[in-house]
Amino acid sequence: MTRLRYLTPAIAFSLALFGGVTFAQLAQAEPLRIELNNPVIEPMPFAVPDFVAENGGGEDYAAKISRVIAADLAGTGLFAEIPAAAHIARVTSFDAPVSYPDWKAINAQALITGAVQASGDQIVVKFRLFDVFSGQQMGEGLQFAGTAQSWRRMAHKVADAAYARITGEGGYFDSRVVFVSESGPKNQRAKRLGVMDYDGANVAYLTDSASIVLAPRFSPSGDRILFTSYTSGFPQIYLMDVGSLQTRSLEEQPGTMTFAPRFAPDGRTVVFSLERGGNTDIYTVDTQSGTLSQLTDAPSIETAPSYSPDGSKIVFESDRSGTQQLYVMSAGGGEPRRISNGAGRYGTPVWSPRGDYIAFTKQNEGRFHIGVMLTDGSEEKLLTASFLDEGPTWAPNGRVIMFTREQAGEGGQPALYSVDISGRNLRQISTETPASDPAWSPLLP
Amino acid sequence: MTHVSKALLVLAVLGLAACNNPDRYGAGGAGAGGAGGAGGAGGINSSGLGDASDPASVAYFNQTLGDRVFFAVDQSNLSDQARATLAGQAQWLNTNRDYAIIIEGHADEQGTREYNLALGARRASAVQNYLISQGVTASRMRTVSYGKERPIEVCSTEDCYSRNRRAVTVLSMGAGA
Repeated sequence: MTRLRYLTPAIAFSLALFGGVTFAQLAQAEPLRIELNNPVIEPMPFAVPDFVAENGGGEDYAAKISRVIAADLAGTGLFAEIPAAAHIARVTSFDAPVSYPDWKAINAQALITGAVQASGDQIVVKFRLFDVFSGQQMGEGLQFAGTAQSWRRMAHKVADAAYARITGEGGYFDSRVVFVSESGPKNQRAKRLGVMDYDGANVAYLTDSASIVLAPRFSPSGDRILFTSYTSGFPQIYLMDVGSLQTRSLEEQPGTMTFAPRFAPDGRTVVFSLERGGNTDIYTVDTQSGTLSQLTDAPSIETAPSYSPDGSKIVFESDRSGTQQLYVMSAGGGEPRRISNGAGRYGTPVWSPRGDYIAFTKQNEGRFHIGVMLTDGSEEKLLTASFLDEGPTWAPNGRVIMFTREQAGEGGQPALYSVDISGRNLRQISTETPASDPAWSPLLP
Repeated sequence: MTHVSKALLVLAVLGLAACNNPDRYGAGGAGAGGAGGAGGAGGINSSGLGDASDPASVAYFNQTLGDRVFFAVDQSNLSDQARATLAGQAQWLNTNRDYAIIIEGHADEQGTREYNLALGARRASAVQNYLISQGVTASRMRTVSYGKERPIEVCSTEDCYSRNRRAVTVLSMGAGA
């Protein structure tokens, strides 16, 4: 009774950059719901029995895929996995009827079943999500096909689909994070760019550590990265193609320093800070024509600009009032409006991809915080507190933030952490080396 | 004032590339990304530090006159002590005209990365402007900010922070205007 089908070339598409995953989707159905805005969320018990290997090749991936799915969901703090040892039912065929009483007996509210076939370099993963207590499938089955090396991405796609159906929000697991990998003592840190899956897996390094590199940012389609490097001896912004690693300087004028670059939603304009004669202002450069525009002209420090997702506004920080505060101006420049009004200093504002919040770094009374506020500055909420938290970046669904946390003192090392915008679920991201300056990619296609 | 060990001085001078690459902290060379850049203009220009008792030596400049000045939290204005140090530097630079000058601005770790880069640039610029006011030719000087990337002291107390909030005048031979 399978309603799954294999892909036709017409709807198949692949993403050469990330290994290529394709999917087919049928209709939609109903609840089993986690409401992310609820102040208290009891983690939803779920089960992901090992996927069924439908051929010999599938055996290499079946268990691994279900483990990644479980880790994705449990890692949100919204779901609690019921371990396999507690399962009563055994899933040996993807199309066999679900024995709901066995899953009810162990209080699994959500059940994910799936199957894997692999042959040669190709792998096909399919899954279904069940609402155990209402005794029905939730949404249609989905199938993903791609290269075997992208098996983790397929697991993330299954988890994204389950997350989206249960929360009503977009997923964020099939995404990448570019960051700065650090090594060496605090007074001589070596830094290089790395890129990894959102959960720290599949790390690749994009530069060596010959020069200091800072604050990489993805383009809206994830194919290019902006960053600041001391390659020339002076901080300058560069643009790298992720596929080829081909890199070029974006805006180099003798006697100036450029930094804090970020793409506009059009993927073509870059907003950044340019320092000349000790004064830092905000500029844009068109990456195709090279046209430079100056957006602010003040004797104060204007930096850390970030576009609204519709491209019409820019939020940035300025110390024109005497301390760092957040301001919003039109994307073309003009009179900015101050939006931060609490005690302390505010920096590194980043507009949520959903447009609803601005995340920021706040310093107050010797502590650093990551916080969020509405785009008019109201409803400020601090999510973290430590010796040094800074540089928030948004998950593609605008519901989770990743940032850098560094410990104090000689042995202090930076690490990546994530937290929900509710302030729940603070966790460290596992990285091979100390790491800083994360920037989240969009959800991969 | 500050006593920098001899070993560190040797390292610092060996690290000075000719004129347009002041990054004495990097390992040199382009990154794996091949981010081209302006680095090409020549090799390492090594020269003797000389003896601190020789008033024309780099060692005298660094140790006796003092190669750095310090700043208050978030500030880039020069204290009286800083002005005195810089007046001494200017006098020396006006006598020893073969040296090119890179002024490095630095911040302590209590700030966001971007803000500290901008703040370090302000500090370096304040020093440059003062040296210009004392007759040092502008074309001999460049500034660079390291923000909070290169502290010299690694503790996380004001004692260390106060020495990290600095601007350092770094000399290199033969690259004058």
